[in-house]
Amino acid sequence: MTVLLSMIGIEKRFAGIPALSGASFSVNHGEVHALIGQNGAGKSTLIKVLTGYHKRDSGDVMFEGKPFEVFSPQQAQASGISTIYQEINLVPYRSVTENICLGREARRYGLLDWKRMHREAEALLQRFNVRMDVRRPLMEFNTATQQMVAIARAIGFSAKLVIMDEPTSSLDEREVAVLFNVIRQLKNEGVSVVFVSHKLDELYAVCDRVTIMRDGRTITTAAMSEIDKIGLVSSMLGRSIEKTDGHATAFGKRDKKNIGKVLLAADNLAVNQSVQDVTFNVRSGEIAGFAGLLGAGRTETARMVFGIDRPRAGSMQFDGKAYDPKKPADAIAAGMGFCTEDRKSEGIVPEMSVAENMMLALMPKLAKSGIIDEKAQRQIVERFIKQLGIKCSGPDQKVRELSGGNQQKVLLARWLAMNPRLLILDEPTRGIDVGAKGEIQSLVKSLADQGLAVLMISSELEEVTEGADRVFVLREGVSVAEFDRDEATENVLMAAMAEGSAPRIEGASS
Amino acid sequence: MTQVKLIKMLGSYGVVLALLLLILFGWARYDYFLGLFNITSVLRYNSMFALVALGMCFVIMTGGIDLSVGSTAALGSVVAALASPHGAWIGLGAGVGAGLCVGVINALLVTRLRIMPFVATLAMMLAASGTALLLADNQSVSVSYESGFTTIGQENFLGFPIPAWIALAAYIAGWVILNFTSTGRGVLAVGGNEDATRLMGLPADRIKFLVYLASGGLAGLAGVILASQFGAGQPIEGVGWELFAIAAVVVGGTLLTGGVGSVGATLAGVLLLGILFNVLNFENGKGWISLSAYWQSVIRGLFLLVVVILQAKLASRSSAAVKDH
Amino acid sequence: MTDTTNQARIFDPFDFLARYGTLIALALLIVFNLAFTRNFASMQTVNVNLTQVCTIVIVAVGMTLVIGTGGIDLSVGSLMAISGALAPMIFLGKIVPIENVYLAVAAAMIISVLVAGAFGLFNGWLIARFRIQPIVATLVLFIAGRGIAQVMTNGNLQTFRVPEFQLIGLGRVFGIPVQVILMAIMVIVAAWVLKRTVFGRQIIAIGGNERAAELSGIAVSKVKLVVYGISGLCAGIAGLVVIAINSSSDANLVGLGMELDAIAAVAVGGTLLSGGKATIVGTLLGAMTIQLVRYTLLSNGVPDAAALVVKAGIIVLAVWIQQQGRHA
Repeated sequence: MTVLLSMIGIEKRFAGIPALSGASFSVNHGEVHALIGQNGAGKSTLIKVLTGYHKRDSGDVMFEGKPFEVFSPQQAQASGISTIYQEINLVPYRSVTENICLGREARRYGLLDWKRMHREAEALLQRFNVRMDVRRPLMEFNTATQQMVAIARAIGFSAKLVIMDEPTSSLDEREVAVLFNVIRQLKNEGVSVVFVSHKLDELYAVCDRVTIMRDGRTITTAAMSEIDKIGLVSSMLGRSIEKTDGHATAFGKRDKKNIGKVLLAADNLAVNQSVQDVTFNVRSGEIAGFAGLLGAGRTETARMVFGIDRPRAGSMQFDGKAYDPKKPADAIAAGMGFCTEDRKSEGIVPEMSVAENMMLALMPKLAKSGIIDEKAQRQIVERFIKQLGIKCSGPDQKVRELSGGNQQKVLLARWLAMNPRLLILDEPTRGIDVGAKGEIQSLVKSLADQGLAVLMISSELEEVTEGADRVFVLREGVSVAEFDRDEATENVLMAAMAEGSAPRIEGASS
Repeated sequence: MTQVKLIKMLGSYGVVLALLLLILFGWARYDYFLGLFNITSVLRYNSMFALVALGMCFVIMTGGIDLSVGSTAALGSVVAALASPHGAWIGLGAGVGAGLCVGVINALLVTRLRIMPFVATLAMMLAASGTALLLADNQSVSVSYESGFTTIGQENFLGFPIPAWIALAAYIAGWVILNFTSTGRGVLAVGGNEDATRLMGLPADRIKFLVYLASGGLAGLAGVILASQFGAGQPIEGVGWELFAIAAVVVGGTLLTGGVGSVGATLAGVLLLGILFNVLNFENGKGWISLSAYWQSVIRGLFLLVVVILQAKLASRSSAAVKDH
Repeated sequence: MTDTTNQARIFDPFDFLARYGTLIALALLIVFNLAFTRNFASMQTVNVNLTQVCTIVIVAVGMTLVIGTGGIDLSVGSLMAISGALAPMIFLGKIVPIENVYLAVAAAMIISVLVAGAFGLFNGWLIARFRIQPIVATLVLFIAGRGIAQVMTNGNLQTFRVPEFQLIGLGRVFGIPVQVILMAIMVIVAAWVLKRTVFGRQIIAIGGNERAAELSGIAVSKVKLVVYGISGLCAGIAGLVVIAINSSSDANLVGLGMELDAIAAVAVGGTLLSGGKATIVGTLLGAMTIQLVRYTLLSNGVPDAAALVVKAGIIVLAVWIQQQGRHA
C-alpha cells in the first residue's frame, strides 16, 4: 500500500499553550484509519490543521506525494480532503439535493439544471443503498440519513480522503451498520477514511489501523489486529498496564468512617441514545467517581440528576424521598450543585466580576426583599477567595480575566456557598495547570471529609482511582461495573471501560 | 411530522388560498370589485410595495432585515424627481442609483463592520431620510412633466399599469434568480445555516452583500414609481413601508429567521394585504360598518402574530424531530 | 493557562473608547459649545436640552434592561402611542365620565401606563413562551401597536387643557421641569435596581450567559417577562409626558421613531447590544450626547435633516466601537 497522506512533526500552539507538539500521522491509500485519544489529546486540532482551518506553526504535510498547503476547508475539499463534522454541518431547511450539490451545481444555459442535480444526488445516495426523495428538505429525515447525505456530499466532491469526526455518536445500531457498509464500500473504491470514534468495538469492526494521540503527541500507530482493547485504552489514558502506584493526585488518604447513608440513588436512568441504563448511588461524605470513555454517557447522566434533561426511563431518590427535578432550580433547592464540564459556555458569566459570579446561585437567599446584602456577600466572597486560594486582583475583577484554574475555583465557590449536600463535578480539573489541579483535588477531599457527597466525573484515571471511594464504570450508556476504592485499580477500570465484561456488582446499599 | 407538514402547507399555500377567498368574497359582495378601474388602481398602487417586499424577501431569507427601505424609497423619489428634467430614463436611473447607494452602505455595514442588520439598517433609515430631506429642502419636489418621466407611473401598457409590469418583471427575475442560480440557492443556505454554508465553500459575505444591494435598488425603483405616479418626489413618504414589506414577506411563509422563503408567495402576501385594504374601503363604502384605514396595521400585526407563532412552533418541532432520531 | 491575571493591563484603545468614549465626547461637545455657541451657558439651554432628552431617557431606561438580557424591544414607540391615546380618553371622560378631575387624571395615568405595561408583558410572553427572537416578537406590536392607538382614537387629534395632567410635562418644581425630575428618579431607581438587587444581577447574568444563568437556578423566563413588562411601563410613562408637553395627542406621531432613539442612547452609552453588560447612567450620558450633537449642529446653522445623517453615523460608530472593545 502506498502512502496518501503524511503529517510529520506538526506543532501548533494557541496563545502559547501547545495543542500539538510534534504530532505525526499518516494514512495509506484505501485504508480506514482510526484516530483516537482523550478530550484535549489534539485529534480535532490535528484535523483542523489538515483541513486548513488552523495554520500550523511548523511541520510537514504531504498529500499524494506532494507538499500540501491549504488555507481553508474549501481549499482542502477542492484538493480531495472532505470532512464530515460531528454536528452535521448541512442546511436543514434545504432539500437533500441542494445539500449535496451546493457549491458545484450543474448548469444549463447558465441556469441551474435541477433535473440533473436531482439525478446526481440520487445516484450518489444509491451507492449506499439509500433511496430517498431528494427533493424534500433535509430536516425531515433522521440523523442517520442526514449523515449519509453529508457523506454523499463529501464523496460527490471526488474526495480521496474522507474524515469522519465521531459519525456514530447519534446513530442507533442499525444505522451504524449502514454507515459501516458505506465505509467499506469507500475503501473498496480506493478512498481513504479517517475515523474518529470512542467506541472501541466500532474501531475493530471497520478500521485497518489506529493512531492514538495523547497530550498533543501521537503515541503509537498500529494495525488493529495487533492491539487489543486494553492496549488501546491504556495508550489513550497514558498508563502502561504494569505501572504501579505512587500518587499522581492530591486526594490523599480518606477515612471510611466519614461515609454515611445513601443520599442519592438513581435506578435504570435513560435519556436519548446516549444513556441506556445507568444505576448508581452516592452516599454522604463519599466521593463517587464515574469512569468511562468519551461518549459513555457520564455527563448526560449528571445532567439528568441536575434536572437539565428529563429522563425517558428510570427513577431517582434523594435523601430517601422520590426525586424528579424538572429544572436546575429544583435540584438546587434539593441541595445540589453542578460544576459543568464546559466552564466557558455553561459556567462563568464572563463580563461579571468574581464576586458576582460566585454569588450567582446564593444571591436570592442572601437578599433581603430582593436587595443584595453587599456586606454579607463581601464577607462570603472574601472568605472563599482566601479559603480556596483564588488568585485575583480582588472580588471586583472580571472573571474572564482569570486563569482556568481560578475560574474553576470561582465556580466551586458558587456552589459551596450554597452549603450543598451533593456536589456534581464534571471534569473538575480539565484544562487547569498542575498547581491549581492539586489544590482543587485536596479541596474536594476535605469537603467530603466534612460530609459532602461528591459525584465526580473524570477522564483522568488517577483522579478516579485515587480520589473516589467508589467508582462506577459506564460504557456506551450503561453502568457496567462498580468497584470499591481498594478494588478500583487502573487495570481493572480500563478492562471494564474497554470490554465492559466485568460482572455487575450490586451496590452495598440495595 | 404530519402536523409539521400541515403547518408548512399553510405556510406555502395558505396565503394563496386566503388571497383567492378574499377575491371571491369581494367579487360576490361588491359590484365594481373586479372592475377594470379597481383592478388597475390596486395594481398601480401596490406595485411599489411589491418591489420593496421583493427586496425584503431576499434579505430576510438570509436571516437579516432591512428597515431602511421606506426612507430609501423616499430618497429615490426625490433624486428621481430632481433628475427627471433630463429625461425619463435618467430620472429612473438616478432614483435606482440612489437606492443602490443606500444598499451598498447597508451591505458594507453588515458584511464588513459586522454590525447587526437591524441596527445598521435602522441607522441608514435615518441617514437616507435625512439626505432626502436635505436634497428636497424639506418639501416635495415636483417632477418634470415634459420629459415623459410621468409615463413610468401613470401610463398603461397592454391595458395594465406600467408599474405593475415592472413589478411583474422584477418578480419573475427574482424567482429565476432564487430558483435557478447558485447565488439564489446560496441566499437560502446562508439563512439556513451560515457556518455550514461557509464550510461548503459558498461566498456567504458576497451573497449577503448582494441581497442588501438588491433591496436598496428595488426600494429606489419603488421611489421612482412613487415620484412618477404622484408627480412629485416626496421626502417624507415611505414611513412604515418596511413594516408593510416585512408583514407581506412573512405572511407569504418566509421564515423570519431565514433559510426558507418564496418569491411567489411574497407576491401573494403583498396582494393579500393590499386587497384587504381595498375590501375595507369597499365595505366602508357600503355604509354598514365604518372600519377606518387604521385597522390595516392592526390586521397586519395580527397576521404577523399568527404566522410568527406558527413558525416558532414549526421550528421547535423540527429541532425536536432532528434530536429524537 | 497559567495564573496570569493581567491581560487587562495592556492598553487597548477600543476598550478605552468603549469605556470612556461617550464621556469624552460629551465633555468635548460641552467645551466646544462653551467656546462657539452663543448663550450656551445658561439655565435656558440646560432646560431645553434636558426636556428634549427626557422622554428618550425614560424609554431608554427600560430598553437598557431589555438589552441587558440580550434582547431588544422595537415596540416602545407604538406603546407610547397607545398610552398617549388612552390617557386623554380617560381624563376627558370619553370612556366613563369622571367628575373629580384629580381622580380622572390619576385613573388616566395609572390605567394607560398599566396597559402599556401589559402589552410589554405580551412581548415577554411571546419571547419566553415561544422562544421567538425578541426582534421578531416585538415587531408584532411595532406594527400593530400604533394601529391600535389609531383605531382607539380613529386617528383624530385629541387636544386638551388639563393643567392637573400636564403638570408632568409643563410643571416645574424649584425651577426644574417636573419631567426632568421624573427622569432623574427613574434613572436613579433603575441604576440602583441594576446594581443592587437580585433582579438586576439576574438580568446581566442572563445576557452574559443564559445557559450558566439557568444552571444557577435563575428563572430565566420569568426575568425576561418582567423586563419586557418594565420596558412597556417606561414607554407608557414616556407617552404621557409627550402628550402633556404637546397639550395634544396624535396617535400617528407620538413615539414615532422612538425605538431607534432609545436603542441609540443605549448603544452610545456603552451597553453591549448583545447583552451581559449594561449601564443606566451610560444610557443617560448616551442620550445627552446625541441630543447635544443635534443641538450643537442646529444652533450652528446646520439643518435638522443633516443632523439626522450625523446621528446615524454616531450610532454606527458607537456600536462598532463596542464590538471592537468586546473582541479585544
